[in-house]
Amino acid sequence: MSTHKISVTINGTVHEAEVASRLLLVHLIRDDLRMTGTHIGCDTTHCGACTILLDGEPVKSCTVLAVQADGKEIMTIEGLAQNGELHPLQEGFWEEHGLQCGFCTPGMLITSYALLQRNPNPDEGDIRQAISGNLCRCTGYVNIIKSVQHAAAKMGE
Amino acid sequence: MIPSSFDYHAPDTLQDAVALLKEFGSDAKVLSGGQSLLPLLKLRLGFVTHLIDIGKIPNLEYIKEEDGFLKIGGATRESELERSDLIKSRYPIIYDTAIVIADPLVRNRATVGGNLAHGDPANDHPATMLALGAQVVVLGPNGERVIPITEFFTGIFTTALAHDEILIEIQVPIPAARSGGAYLKLERKVGDFATAATAVQLTLSAGGEIEKAGIGLTAAAPTLVDASAAAQSLVGKKPDDEVLDAAAAAAAEATSPSADRRGSVEYKKAMARVLTGRALRIAVQRAGVN
Repeated sequence: MSTHKISVTINGTVHEAEVASRLLLVHLIRDDLRMTGTHIGCDTTHCGACTILLDGEPVKSCTVLAVQADGKEIMTIEGLAQNGELHPLQEGFWEEHGLQCGFCTPGMLITSYALLQRNPNPDEGDIRQAISGNLCRCTGYVNIIKSVQHAAAKMGE
Repeated sequence: MIPSSFDYHAPDTLQDAVALLKEFGSDAKVLSGGQSLLPLLKLRLGFVTHLIDIGKIPNLEYIKEEDGFLKIGGATRESELERSDLIKSRYPIIYDTAIVIADPLVRNRATVGGNLAHGDPANDHPATMLALGAQVVVLGPNGERVIPITEFFTGIFTTALAHDEILIEIQVPIPAARSGGAYLKLERKVGDFATAATAVQLTLSAGGEIEKAGIGLTAAAPTLVDASAAAQSLVGKKPDDEVLDAAAAAAAEATSPSADRRGSVEYKKAMARVLTGRALRIAVQRAGVN
């Protein structure tokens, strides 16, 4: 079946690839480009572990075809820390124990990053609403909310 | 999970998309936001030989009032409805609907046209568009035609769209003064399909009687439920408790849900009645504010 030449910009770097029509974006990112920070959890559009930014919007990369991302800007978890410095969100998750097993964390961070871009000072309800498509089976979400608030405060300084 | 193989096409124009659909016939399927179709293909509950992606076609994403209608472009994302001041202020029933569809990440991809054209009786926009008396504009090889929403859903996952037609626009008549509506959904958790959900739209007369009513119910039968008898029973009456409760009971009677993990038939019918009763009261209140 058909393959397509695509060009995607991931974390500021342009990647050219020849992809099969049915290749999922998450497999392009993890298997072909070997950026394994983006996780595959449920693989059925429920859990949000595979969340990336596609042209600035958080989406589930298990439910986008790689070919649909042609010409688009992507940000994955690998793009969050800059020059070896943790992003305030990553620092927040560290300081406030926003993770236990860590499996949902890349998705939580990317979704929270998009939230703070749109709303730099979210209240608890805003955060809960924003991460309602990201499942965490460890924390009960309370510390994740504190982590995002920690980052919001730090970024507002 | 990986879908079975298919060819992918991303035409630049609607005309090219329609030509591809015509060429490939029933082997082709339109890809819009993909949030229902791609999971079906991944689970191999669905198979397709040609996917026609309409995502690269310009000017299919808009929300505007024009010529007496609210016009929503077929490829408008659900998240755009949530963020639209026009929707929030003038069409709270559509805002109610958008914010309970799937989850925020899915809504960044999912489209309004896709939600309707998928023909899933558990999707949320069909009931709302029915209550609002909407119509859809579809484009095929012979040009455009308009289909009233009451004639659009023909069976489970089946619509009045021919295989070579694309839903390009949703048209909602701009409600008259003293109109109000609401969509209420009971779900087990964010992202789940409705256990029960009801859309209600009302217009009141200057004297406070109900002049016009529409009631649609989600996930209440193998296809969209139009509780037209219940809606009709309201017309000409003042919206007091007795009248609203009777209409809610009649709406629940119009449903034929199936028992599943979300509940028994009795429970779903009871929830349809309760939600309809509540939605009617919110609609009355909102109609008063307008």
